[in-house]
Amino acid sequence: MDKYSLPHKILIYFSIALFLTFMLLPFVEMFMASLRPLTHLFHRPTLELGETIGFADFISRFWSKDFSFQAYSDIWVTVPQLPRYIFNSVFLATAVTIFSLILVIPAAYAYARFNFRGKSVSLTLFLAVNMFSGAVLLIPLYKLLRMYGMLNTYWAMIIPGVAFLVPTGIWLLKSFMEKIPYELEEASFVDGASRLYTLRRVILPLAVPGLVVVGVAIFIGAYAQQFLFAITFNQDRDYMPLPAGIFEFIGYQDVLWNEMMAASLVGILPVLLIFMFMQKHLIAGLTHGAVKQ
Amino acid sequence: MFKPKTKAQTTTLFAWALISPAAIYMLLIVVWPLVETFRLSFTNSNIGTLIEGYDYIGWANYEKALGGRKFPAIVNRTFYWMFLSVGLKMILGLIGATLLASNIRARGVIRALVMPPWIIPIAIGCFGWLWLYNGHFGLLSNFIEMVGITDGPFSFLAYKKSAFYSAVVTDVWIGTPMVTLFFLAAMQGVPRDLYEAAYVDGASRWYRFRRITMPQIMPTVITMALLSAIWTFNSFEIIWILTEGGPRGATTTLIIDTFKTAIFSYKFGAGATRAVLVVLILSVFSLIYLAVLGRVSKKFGYAGVVK
Repeated sequence: MDKYSLPHKILIYFSIALFLTFMLLPFVEMFMASLRPLTHLFHRPTLELGETIGFADFISRFWSKDFSFQAYSDIWVTVPQLPRYIFNSVFLATAVTIFSLILVIPAAYAYARFNFRGKSVSLTLFLAVNMFSGAVLLIPLYKLLRMYGMLNTYWAMIIPGVAFLVPTGIWLLKSFMEKIPYELEEASFVDGASRLYTLRRVILPLAVPGLVVVGVAIFIGAYAQQFLFAITFNQDRDYMPLPAGIFEFIGYQDVLWNEMMAASLVGILPVLLIFMFMQKHLIAGLTHGAVKQ
Repeated sequence: MFKPKTKAQTTTLFAWALISPAAIYMLLIVVWPLVETFRLSFTNSNIGTLIEGYDYIGWANYEKALGGRKFPAIVNRTFYWMFLSVGLKMILGLIGATLLASNIRARGVIRALVMPPWIIPIAIGCFGWLWLYNGHFGLLSNFIEMVGITDGPFSFLAYKKSAFYSAVVTDVWIGTPMVTLFFLAAMQGVPRDLYEAAYVDGASRWYRFRRITMPQIMPTVITMALLSAIWTFNSFEIIWILTEGGPRGATTTLIIDTFKTAIFSYKFGAGATRAVLVVLILSVFSLIYLAVLGRVSKKFGYAGVVK
């Protein structure tokens, strides 16, 4: 295949730099804000009338002598529950992923393998669930959770969380399972294995790469979108996930922006690192499934 | 007891047995609340009626919502928000995926660096943007002041237009990585020999992109566009954290309006009405999208690709 010419190469790297700047700018800014003491953070140079911020002032947001990691030790005092919030976030996302997979796996298998009455109608109905975001159903969900005494527990965030991730999960996993050759199952049937045994011992092991991708996608969805249910269905600090816990900062009299940013970065770090290292497998898995409609 | 007579019946029974856990869950957690929302939408339920009970008031909520002066503007704004944001996500996703698929150094690292906005909790990303948009101390305001575009602090979230477009930028920032990765995965699934054959025949890079890559990844693009449209339409957290629908309603989309009415003003009945309208509008939109798609694919011969 043809090689890139030099101008072409420059264009590619320049575009990538631009793209990454957009993607990473908020993180850079959050990190910089976390390093600056509040007095520096809320400092605007005294300017003459008509004068604007100069280059030196601008640069001082990226580097100046008063930078410190003070905020990173202060957060544990200001927000004593921070470790708990971090744990809650991961715990909630994990629980949602497990419960979702339990519902998704058999359903995806049925849609991938069998032709049966009501197949396309029920699949369409599942996908239609995507149209209802949690925000639309808040009132009745609130009633439902109150009825079962689940408000202000982990369940208040797990139960609705699962519902809105199952449809996408079924749709993703179905396309993976369709790729598994049917002959393998036939061979298993011929040997006298039952259908459930075949699903457990033949299909599931082969579907592992797909399961990983679907599991990751569900986990990210659950981890990224736990805010709404958390602020509506849970008032108990002990069960708050990270974003809801940090959102409380904004309610304080004076927002401690530097600590808020430090807490945010510390809070997301564990999950962020894990997934950035998994990037390769994730893309390979998605390619393998070659998601189609 | 029903006894399956044919093989087809056994299969149907088994398939439904496998689907039933998920289906029952959906009936309980999504369908029942939906029916309940529909019922509530015909009542005057609000904080004041909690004790003495509410009354059914027929179509009054619908008349009030649809007849309201603000409603058409909110619907228009929601669609504008959706088309603009989804369009940008698709374009950026395509460009990003093409860049990440090209043969470059440190590809793995660069790909990993694109992921964070998708992985982190949406709310946390919004906190970062909240600070970026800050008028006096935010990076963006200071930057445009330094280069001389403005002559003083500019609060991005304080003015109607800039608040709206700032929210769009944040929404695009959060949505782009996932679109990029799905497109990248689809691009990698395109058989290599197609490109090699075209290259041997002297097809240019742009030609290969247009005639091989695009048609091959079209199914993914179409699916992602629809999913992304629905998610963006329902996007709540981003707008809520950045502006709470303000200033003066400039970022109030249907979903924000629904939340405000139902949860903030405690008008459960009127809120439910808006929720029903959201679902109706989205259903009609999806049906139109799929119908148009069917036509287009027939005309341009995507029929074989769009399964």
